[in-house]
Amino acid sequence: MMKAKTVDKIATAVIISVAAFIVILLAGLLGYILVRGLGHVSVDFLTSPPETISEGGGIGPQLFNSLFLLFLTMIITVPLGLGAGIYMSEYAKPGRVTDFIRLLVEVLSSFPSIVVGLFGLLVLVNMFGLGFSLFAGALALTVFNLPLMVRITEQGLKSVPREQKEAGLALGLSKWKTITSIMMPIAIPVILTGTILASGRVFGEAAALLFTAGMSSPRLDFSDWNPLSPFSPLNPFRPAETLAVHIWKINSEGLAPDAAEIAAGASAVLIITVLLFNLVARWLGRLIHRKFTASK
Amino acid sequence: MAQSKQHESKPHLVEEWVGKVYTALCILFLVVTIFSMVYFVASKGLTTFFKDKVNVIDLLTGIKWNPGGDPPLFGALPFIFGSFSTSILAAVIAAPLAFCAAVFMIEIAPKFGRKYLQPVIELLAGIPSVVYGFVGLSVIVPLFRDIFPGQGIGIAAGALVLSVMILPTITTIATDALASLPSGLKEGSYALGSTRWQTIYRIVLPTMLPALMTGVVLGIARAFGEALAVQMVIGNAPHIPGSLFESTSTLTSAITLSMGNTVMGSTHNNALWSLALILMTMTFVFVFIVRWLERRSKI
Repeated sequence: MMKAKTVDKIATAVIISVAAFIVILLAGLLGYILVRGLGHVSVDFLTSPPETISEGGGIGPQLFNSLFLLFLTMIITVPLGLGAGIYMSEYAKPGRVTDFIRLLVEVLSSFPSIVVGLFGLLVLVNMFGLGFSLFAGALALTVFNLPLMVRITEQGLKSVPREQKEAGLALGLSKWKTITSIMMPIAIPVILTGTILASGRVFGEAAALLFTAGMSSPRLDFSDWNPLSPFSPLNPFRPAETLAVHIWKINSEGLAPDAAEIAAGASAVLIITVLLFNLVARWLGRLIHRKFTASK
Repeated sequence: MAQSKQHESKPHLVEEWVGKVYTALCILFLVVTIFSMVYFVASKGLTTFFKDKVNVIDLLTGIKWNPGGDPPLFGALPFIFGSFSTSILAAVIAAPLAFCAAVFMIEIAPKFGRKYLQPVIELLAGIPSVVYGFVGLSVIVPLFRDIFPGQGIGIAAGALVLSVMILPTITTIATDALASLPSGLKEGSYALGSTRWQTIYRIVLPTMLPALMTGVVLGIARAFGEALAVQMVIGNAPHIPGSLFESTSTLTSAITLSMGNTVMGSTHNNALWSLALILMTMTFVFVFIVRWLERRSKI
């Protein structure tokens, strides 16, 4: 029989080494991707179009598609998510219906993204006739992201002190006015941070896009900024392969001789962007919090 | 007088009405989307059984998947087996790590944990799944190929990649549960002379077990639905493997690979929708298990 104190020491050592292992795991992951990928990243790589069978292809259109798709998605997601979140937090009366809606949101948030993509293929791409397009992709990502946005909004509104809400109502403001001009400004730091983190998720998502935004991109003409022309980068009804989808595609069926390097470079770009989203979210959250609360 | 009063209150009422209608429309959109999603995937997935006359039992228990054969065979058991084995194995690997991480952050080094380990966990959650797949394909698969017999692809590689992906899910929930534990429980145990590990093992672990299980189920649910990272490292052969290092498939990888290459409305395509229906049904099952566990952990 070992002494309790010895066991305690061993267990503590094990737990500490597991924690250290997790930190090393992340460092190793990031280090591997950056070391292998950054050597391949150059201005040319970031701006030139990909090659199918020869060396030297870039990720220019894919990078643009990812950013543009993110923009489109957030334009649709934010107003819808805010509205739904406000409803759940402020207007919904406790009862069976609200409980049921809550269950539905929970279910939607745990749907696999590939199932959301398939739904997009069936309804948006085929039934609504959008075809493989940025717009269909943005709508699919909206569906995929809405539950998160609702949760973020609810959290933000919950962080508002009750007295401030009651003061607004006591002044005779309508409920809607109280929400938009008293509660929302206080809730913004939480909502903004959450939204940026959600954007990072959208940026890296691929499974929901395979069958909605498509796996190919037309030759884009970056001098044509008319959103209605089929080769314009701004046309939301053209198919668009995003960066994440591109990484998947060249890994599974890439024919270019430098496919592995391109995948590594593209992964590095993807990771750096997601890291940036994370850092900006943290920094902005702290900054706004300090401004609004005058605390350090 | 009465008229002017009514006039004054009008913008107020309109404002209130705008807010109510707008937010209600947003939530309505959400509800309609979910219902149509369930309806469309289910109706498409059931076509295989009603129109193409594939037997449900055959699909769920058949071990041969050969849609192009004569007669075409739609046995999805290899996929179902692949999905369950990879995601459960991933949870088995991730759960102890997540438990240790949570204990470290709350009990052993709260300051260091909050400052360094928490952001690390959040960053792990933020890494896109294709990047996990890429690293799995270029690090884990070659490593397994060298150490173990076989090509390196298979359930083991898939489970390992997934375990890192679901580690943040389980850790976050375990940490929250641990942090909300009444401190009197631990203090009582320390006052009786227990060591930290005795307290953790005999008091903390049993109390937070339902919450830990919630995290594990959520992790399994996430692993079950993950498509691309798994598809990249699992090999995609449609049969039940003889070992952990042999090529196999999951529900998601089968859908990802073949959905684009089959014609809408063909029996093969419909069978893929049936796989999606299985995925969706499992999502419901996971959500209900989580709800049940949450109700238990409240008591």
